[in-house]
Amino acid sequence: MSAHVATQPGRKGHPRGALRESAWVRGTFIALSLTFLGLFLFVPLVAVFTEALRKGLGTYWSSVREPDALAAIKLTLIAAGVAVPVNLVFGVVASWAIAKFEFVGKSVLTTLIDLPFAVSPVISGLIYVLLFGLHGWFGSWLAAHNVQIIFAVPGIVLATVFVTFPFVARELIPLMQEQGTEEEEAALVLGASGWQTFWRVTIPNVKWALLYGVILCNARAMGEFGAVSVVSGQIRGKTNTIPLHVEILYNEYNFAAAFAVASLLVVLALVALAAKSLVEWHTRRERALAARPED
Amino acid sequence: MSARLKHHSALPGFGLTLGYTVLYLCLIVLIPLSALFVKTASLSWAQFWQAATNPRVMASYRLTFGASLVAALVNGAFGFLVAWTLVRHQFPGKRIVDAMVDLPFALPTAVSGIALTAVYAPNGWLGRPLEALGIKSAFSPLGVTLAMTFVGLPFVVRTLQPALEDLDAEVEEAAASLGANRFQVFWRVVLPALLPAFLTGVALAFARALGEYGSVIFISGNMPMKTEITSLIIVAKLEQYDYAGATAIAVVMLVASFVILLAINLLQCWASRRHA
Amino acid sequence: MSIELHHITKTFGDYVALNDVSLSVPDGEVVALLGPSGSGKTTLLRIIAGLEVPDPTPGSAIIFHGEDMASQGVGERRVGFVFQHYALFRHMTVFENIAFGLRVRPKRFRPSRAEIADRVNQLLRLIQLESLGNRYPSQLSGGQRQRVALARALAVEPRVLLLDEPFGALDAKVRQELRRWLRRLHDEIHITSVFVTHDQEEALEVADRVVVMNQARIEQVDTPEGIFHHPRTEFVMNFLGQVNLFHGRVGDGKVILGPSEFEAPEHEGTPLRPARVFVRPHEVELETEAHKEAGLPATVARVHAAGPVVRLDLVVEESGDTVQAELAPERFAELNIAKGSKVYVRPKAMTVFTGAPTEEPQ
Repeated sequence: MSAHVATQPGRKGHPRGALRESAWVRGTFIALSLTFLGLFLFVPLVAVFTEALRKGLGTYWSSVREPDALAAIKLTLIAAGVAVPVNLVFGVVASWAIAKFEFVGKSVLTTLIDLPFAVSPVISGLIYVLLFGLHGWFGSWLAAHNVQIIFAVPGIVLATVFVTFPFVARELIPLMQEQGTEEEEAALVLGASGWQTFWRVTIPNVKWALLYGVILCNARAMGEFGAVSVVSGQIRGKTNTIPLHVEILYNEYNFAAAFAVASLLVVLALVALAAKSLVEWHTRRERALAARPED
Repeated sequence: MSARLKHHSALPGFGLTLGYTVLYLCLIVLIPLSALFVKTASLSWAQFWQAATNPRVMASYRLTFGASLVAALVNGAFGFLVAWTLVRHQFPGKRIVDAMVDLPFALPTAVSGIALTAVYAPNGWLGRPLEALGIKSAFSPLGVTLAMTFVGLPFVVRTLQPALEDLDAEVEEAAASLGANRFQVFWRVVLPALLPAFLTGVALAFARALGEYGSVIFISGNMPMKTEITSLIIVAKLEQYDYAGATAIAVVMLVASFVILLAINLLQCWASRRHA
Repeated sequence: MSIELHHITKTFGDYVALNDVSLSVPDGEVVALLGPSGSGKTTLLRIIAGLEVPDPTPGSAIIFHGEDMASQGVGERRVGFVFQHYALFRHMTVFENIAFGLRVRPKRFRPSRAEIADRVNQLLRLIQLESLGNRYPSQLSGGQRQRVALARALAVEPRVLLLDEPFGALDAKVRQELRRWLRRLHDEIHITSVFVTHDQEEALEVADRVVVMNQARIEQVDTPEGIFHHPRTEFVMNFLGQVNLFHGRVGDGKVILGPSEFEAPEHEGTPLRPARVFVRPHEVELETEAHKEAGLPATVARVHAAGPVVRLDLVVEESGDTVQAELAPERFAELNIAKGSKVYVRPKAMTVFTGAPTEEPQ
């Protein structure tokens, strides 16, 4: 979900006076909404921490520092550490091509970029198994050269890259399209090279959206479950990411440990949400400033 | 003059960036996806049909599509309410609530899976009272639906919020001045303006629920023919090295996803044409 | 530095933006490209700047002071461009905006920090915004932003200054002030300038020379007086100022409008033929007494007396057409007419077009 602010003309916001719902109706709406959200959002959130701390703080820390958990954390960091920069580069490059130029086939490109959102994560993993698994297209070639992709770290990284590659692009493209090309043209006329224009003019204009895209990309990279589950083989200590480790602990009925490790990801998610609010606040403020009436 | 494929632009770097983008997409997306279709093509029609429509898989389709639909509709109704409240009403802590709506989007699916199970299991906080009422929430189709509602929650709210914010207050006031009461204003003026955004949100929630894996498999119990979702069957087949069977089912799901994606794009085209 | 454009054609797909346009801008002059939307004026400006590339037709060339610009891209032409919506770098301060062109120069040509600061401050003084160097564009008014955009363009000492509808987005009063200010600036700096506008008042007031464009072609190039008083095509006549159009006949020493005939010795010896006769409101004379040469009978429909001249809407009896007339207040008082009065309309000066709309007037 990108940070969006309303842009159409006309007087915005809810009508005042005679058209406002009565206080009684308002109260019901708020109560109902909060109940719904409370049931579906707050309760599960609280449940994670309650279960994690059920056996006390000591058990919490030891679950998180256990060797298999640490290996899972390490692998998750590797996967995200590769996926995020790679997709950041892709996102920036693709946004430049799509937002600053007019060409045939643009909408095909944007639909392709949106693809991982439409595809089930399990299928996202499946397609890599079909390519690189033992019976896949490159399976025999890989086996002959003793290179393991599926059921090994490279496969996990690859699946993570696939499911997270749209995030940065999706944040940047609408924003860059809205900003247009005038500032870049001005820079070029003033004698700046393409690179200088890009670094000094384009990037600073999108820095908040870029940050938010990276945070989302990272959150998804660290939290991806379905796709990674398919390609990893779930070999303890070797090919488990944090979410997979959580699953294993849970299936062994080691609930406290499972929730303890899961709570790490919850904190990550909450940080992502806080960052999003920050970005939206900045965007809204910049828009309000830019829309000052001419005098 | 010949029609150009691209407008000349003074900005540099088009060839380079487009080339890189296309290359990346081919390597990461197109080639792997094509492997899927090629593999399916290697099956005979009879084999494909058998794999894609045997009773266990059909049961999973009924469950997956059915639960996704119910979840999408529930999200539609409550999502509308939440979006309305967030845009039009004030209450303390609104900012925090607004930010939290994105939680299902930001939270890893495995974590939401175990969290939901903990809450709705027979001895869980909400599971216990429901059990007392005779309703089995976890390890049942209801559990599946609850999980799918969770993951789809942000979609309706987030597509409706901008649409609500964009509504022209003056239009509603005009309707009122012409004699419409509050309900009529809502039904005849506000609701039709929100319809495209609403349908888009519901379609997105539906698509997301269809493909959902991590959040659902913990709470569902995964009993074949009863509470097994389609994604799980694909994984099971992969574990048995039945690649052909897995891809057959995957193709069915993929086609369904594409159809929904197409429908969403068409909806958005229709919406923008109405507003143009 | 002079600019010469030879046979410039530009198409976007099926749309022809410029159709074989040639133009010569002498060194140090201010030239206005005037025309309605879609006339091609902005495209022509952007082609001069290098932001668009003309179609490769034979004979087409862009020449700055004798030098062919075909090989020089947008950053190498040393033109200053002021965009319609300013295009200020929103994340840089006013100071950084103006300094930008100097800071991005390759190391060899880059002035020192002190030199850059000097130049920027000089320009800030020139545009009278010395105290606003640390502000961001979003904190400035429209008129201030426009001046910063101008200073930014001037900082790199361009050979030519190009402005795209520079005052289009501003209030009427601010527009007038900036117009005068720009003219004074040019008198000081004498830089060759080309600006695009659809506001005829602006073009006539600021420019040394006006280029009227319409539908991808140039209609007329002339001084402001020439454009206004000696329009060469119907389009130019119609586009500038108010004008009344009569459909009549011309020839044989006279001009015939409706039932009235007017002497026109310049049309001796030509056969009587249909014509479109243009008369500006201030060239319409009114009489209250009927006599042979009086003119077209008409009735006064409305009187607008709130202004420096009195404007009258008249309805011609025979055709029902509306004619607009402008009278000095004294003359209006003399005539002693009001709404409903009957008057006779006589054109003092006429511009006559026979034949195709793009031909010269007769």
